[in-house]
Amino acid sequence: MISDPDVVGLLYLVAIVCFIVALRFLSSPKHARKGNWVGGVGMIVAIVTTLLLDGIGNWVLIVAGGVVGSVVGVVGARTVKMTAMPQMVALFNGVGGGAAALVALAEFHEVEGVLSWDEALSTALSALIGSISFAGSLVAFAKLQELLSGRPIVFGGQNIVNILVLVASAALGAAIVAGVEGEWAIVVLICLALVFGVMFVLPIGGADMPVVISLLNAFTGLAASATGFVLDSTVLIVAGMLVGASGTLLTLMMAKAMNRSIANVLFGAFGQVQVGVGQPRADDGRTVRATTADDVAVQLSFARKVVVVPGYGLAVAQAQHDVRQLAELLEEKGIDVAYAIHPVAGRMPGHMNVLLAEANVPYDQLKEMDEINPEFPQTDVALVIGANDVVNPAARSDPASPIYGMPILDVDKAASVIVMKRSMAPGFAGIDNELFLDAKTTMLFGNAKDSIVKLIGAVKAL
Amino acid sequence: MSDISLVIELTILVLAIFLGFEVISKVPTMLHTPLMSGTNFIHGIVIVGAIVVLGFADDTFTKVVGVVAMVLATANVVGGWFVTDRMLEMFKRRPEPRKDSKT
Repeated sequence: MISDPDVVGLLYLVAIVCFIVALRFLSSPKHARKGNWVGGVGMIVAIVTTLLLDGIGNWVLIVAGGVVGSVVGVVGARTVKMTAMPQMVALFNGVGGGAAALVALAEFHEVEGVLSWDEALSTALSALIGSISFAGSLVAFAKLQELLSGRPIVFGGQNIVNILVLVASAALGAAIVAGVEGEWAIVVLICLALVFGVMFVLPIGGADMPVVISLLNAFTGLAASATGFVLDSTVLIVAGMLVGASGTLLTLMMAKAMNRSIANVLFGAFGQVQVGVGQPRADDGRTVRATTADDVAVQLSFARKVVVVPGYGLAVAQAQHDVRQLAELLEEKGIDVAYAIHPVAGRMPGHMNVLLAEANVPYDQLKEMDEINPEFPQTDVALVIGANDVVNPAARSDPASPIYGMPILDVDKAASVIVMKRSMAPGFAGIDNELFLDAKTTMLFGNAKDSIVKLIGAVKAL
Repeated sequence: MSDISLVIELTILVLAIFLGFEVISKVPTMLHTPLMSGTNFIHGIVIVGAIVVLGFADDTFTKVVGVVAMVLATANVVGGWFVTDRMLEMFKRRPEPRKDSKT
């Protein structure tokens, strides 16, 4: 048992240093995995130190809870498919937020007499933010897992209801700080925050998920940090805040990549309700041109430079391995192949990178937007697989478009463009995409995986 | 838990904010998903709170809440770590030299 608070503090400091080193190692793919191990060591130090604190009891319950949680965590993390990663991250994020809220609830219950204002404030904040993160993450999980529609779910007066719920929670929080001791106060606060969490993620469309997921990540970090103030624990304050800062920074970067304000993403409720905003311009006589896998194979085989533009559709079709195979075939023919990665392609920050890394695509072939855009004019074929908004020229040219101003991949500057899509069905496409009507664009309809398998066959047969 | 003054705690908090921004801004876009997942694991530190609450719990209510918090926090820690490790394992492989694949 450790009874000296200085020893406890120093051991927690070791844990903090481990976490910082872990994040520091993430700056290069070479050391990143080692960093995660260092972080793991830090976590073990923190956990063991806490278990050895003077007076800790209820061992059976602690072990039981730990075992159940570990089984859930290992099984979940081990069995999940790489393509289901965004929802898994959302889920593990949510349970952390839930834990923070429950710790606050238990502390509020345990403390006898009046809490000092700062303890009351941190308890209320931890309960509030933790619950929002828990409920919001579960909704995000349900949307990504397609248990709920990925489209924004909206109803009249939604923003007003949201504001009322938030104001009510803030008022309750203020009451707790002012010295209300009744347990009902924090229970109601948690319930309101849960409602708010659900309401605030429901109207956000699938395309805006990267922003939401990193924001919820920041929330859980902040909740953990607030818990640190409740328990006077430096390791919680620092580790929680590191996550809070990281999540906030990522959220800002994602919003910037879409050239939208965070408020617009969260409360604009247009993520995917872009249907009908830009009306189809079919009446100007241009139509989309469909093509076949054989034609595309010829086009690709005689190109010098091919740029693959992956989007969420690639993840849905789980075609990443086939894409890599196709790219390798083309490289054997001496064709230069690169992948253009838009910062908000997919459903979480960096989604496409993980997806392609899973398929063993060498990471030096993955080019970020600023790097690849100047290369499109020298590109013979741009192969767009399941990406849509991030290649829509309306973002540059049409001020009426909801994505106007978002930096996009300039695929329309390539000599020819091939777009793989499941269908032109309205509603599927979200906003209409001028690119599909462009004279140098041809469409290869069908499931991305089937199309690419066919393409591989056709390229081999040439 | 030691008693630290609020001002010192706030100082630590503010320094952590700056440190967080500083460290994270060096992470390349390519690793943003593992970064999210890794920070996801780190906020599992709330497990320390769960252990403290549960370890000092006397009545049934606190015990129940504590156990649930313990389960959630452990799932966060363990799941977050394994997911991150799985992702980073994929990034670890060095790209093979392009010339080899041409043979």
